[in-house]
Amino acid sequence: MQTIAKRPESLRDLQFTYCPGCLHGVAHRLIAEAIDELGLKNQMTGVAPVGCSVFAYKFFDFDMAQAAHGRAPAVATGMKRARPEMNVFTYQGDGDLAAIGTAEIVHAANRGEKMTVFFVNNAIYGMTGGQMAPTTLKGMKTSTSPYGRDTDDIGHPIKASEMLNTLDAPYYIERVSLLSPADIIKAKKAVLKALTYNKEDRGFTFVEFISTCPTNWGIDPVKSLAWAKENMLPVFPIKNFRDKGSEGVAQ
Amino acid sequence: MGEKVLMKGNEAVAEAAIRAGCRLYFAYPITPQSELIEYMARMMPKVKGTFLQAESEVAAANMVYGAAGCGKRVMTSSSSPGVSLKMEAISYIAGANLPAVIVNVQRGGPGLGDIQPAQGDYFQATKGGGHGDYHCIVVAPSSVQEFADMASESFDLADKYRIPVMILADGLLGQMMEPVEFKEPKTDAEIAEQGKQHHDWCIHENIDGPDRHHNEINSLEIDPNVLERHVLALDKKYKEIQANEVNFEEYNINENNEMVCVAFGTAARIVKSAIDELNAEGKNIGLIRPITVWPYPYEAIQNAVHSKVKCVNVFELNLGQMVEDVKLAVNGKVPVHFMGKVGGLVFTPAEVSEDIKKYL
Repeated sequence: MQTIAKRPESLRDLQFTYCPGCLHGVAHRLIAEAIDELGLKNQMTGVAPVGCSVFAYKFFDFDMAQAAHGRAPAVATGMKRARPEMNVFTYQGDGDLAAIGTAEIVHAANRGEKMTVFFVNNAIYGMTGGQMAPTTLKGMKTSTSPYGRDTDDIGHPIKASEMLNTLDAPYYIERVSLLSPADIIKAKKAVLKALTYNKEDRGFTFVEFISTCPTNWGIDPVKSLAWAKENMLPVFPIKNFRDKGSEGVAQ
Repeated sequence: MGEKVLMKGNEAVAEAAIRAGCRLYFAYPITPQSELIEYMARMMPKVKGTFLQAESEVAAANMVYGAAGCGKRVMTSSSSPGVSLKMEAISYIAGANLPAVIVNVQRGGPGLGDIQPAQGDYFQATKGGGHGDYHCIVVAPSSVQEFADMASESFDLADKYRIPVMILADGLLGQMMEPVEFKEPKTDAEIAEQGKQHHDWCIHENIDGPDRHHNEINSLEIDPNVLERHVLALDKKYKEIQANEVNFEEYNINENNEMVCVAFGTAARIVKSAIDELNAEGKNIGLIRPITVWPYPYEAIQNAVHSKVKCVNVFELNLGQMVEDVKLAVNGKVPVHFMGKVGGLVFTPAEVSEDIKKYL
């Protein structure tokens, strides 16, 4: 008998705590597969955020730390500086990274910390029940923007990849989507690239995943994919912003 | 021990921390502790250690959480407003059972306050500060020598109990120069050996070992029954610390004391001068100086208050914080009087003498 699909070794045999249709599981799997493929499992430490993916510290089968809300890049900085021989990534949502943790992400990126940041952007707070995120779209209704996000009052969605791309230090910045099988295959390539650079200690690498939240959007999982494609991708276009590893190489 | 050198408290504690094997330091500049961060910036590279000026005290303290999770000796320092910002991470460090040392060179508050010495952070340091049921071990130096000695003692305590230890100093101790004698620096081999005590739980150790398990640095327990067990286990540790680590100085405590004073840190130095003068005039006044302010030396105060003691007088550079612990210790046996000074001002020995005389 031939095994054609199995759980990556970097994921533990646990039931995810995510809602049906949530894409965190896909993002976890891509990261775990890439870590397996790069032979990084024993070298890797992850830092889990606060938010729906708070339990990521249980799901990955290597050493993990759980950080205070938004502080994962600072915690990962402390870890990588304490043990430069290991590899570190953080896994953060949009509230965690682009609201409460704005200072930590900007400065970790600006220092060029040798870590990978996986940023899951679904334009809403999931864990706390569907409140407005820094990446919530203009006019989008959430439990704390019940009349739709009024950009005159509360500002515009923050584009984290674009913001970090203004800094000199980051080595690799790419936004990918998890909205279709083809996108997921491309996302895997970006994850692999970021983690390859991480393995080689090249510098700060950042992958933003455009994702969905069927539960808090109030849209069924399949329609959520189409909704995100139609509404999120124009604001958050799929793009490689920075790849210092390919500079000087014919594209 | 080497020869004595004249040094500021801020620099002495930094030097002593490096000698104690601290190789990671994360902090943010603030007066009156800037000499500490500057000393670390100069000296850490010389021992191949990590000095990092963080984007904020919040980030610095969370970097400490990360490095402590790797089982390494790590320190941060700040002054009162900055220590407030560190409280988030200190609660997480306590919750996750991590060893770390935090120095607070206190200044006047509340809010931005001023940059002169004060003891207004006693409540914050000893009663929590961050959220949840937790404690830091808190030690309060009253000389530059003690400030330096406490660096290595604090790392030992932090490692022994896997707990954050705070050195509660103040702007006067930070800025003051006094002769100080340092311990021999730990060698790299000694530092590596000392780190082994954390190898069974910390991040990225024994990664190829046969019994290797998934290590987690975490303070989250979503199941209330599990969290209850976790918090009760923390409490068991705190009770062990209360039983074993109380430290204090008795100054002229005897069976004929007519008054017992209680003061810590800088305030205790001034009270000692006042007591010396009064005792030279024929009075018999003793002083209990808590060295650990958590765990607190309740028993030492209880024992000092015998039938000849008329009252207990407490002196602090705040409006009356530690005095609450003194009252708990005295438990109504004799009156407890308080004199405080705030605003970053420091009382003089003469002012303290005047106050004491009112009750003799």
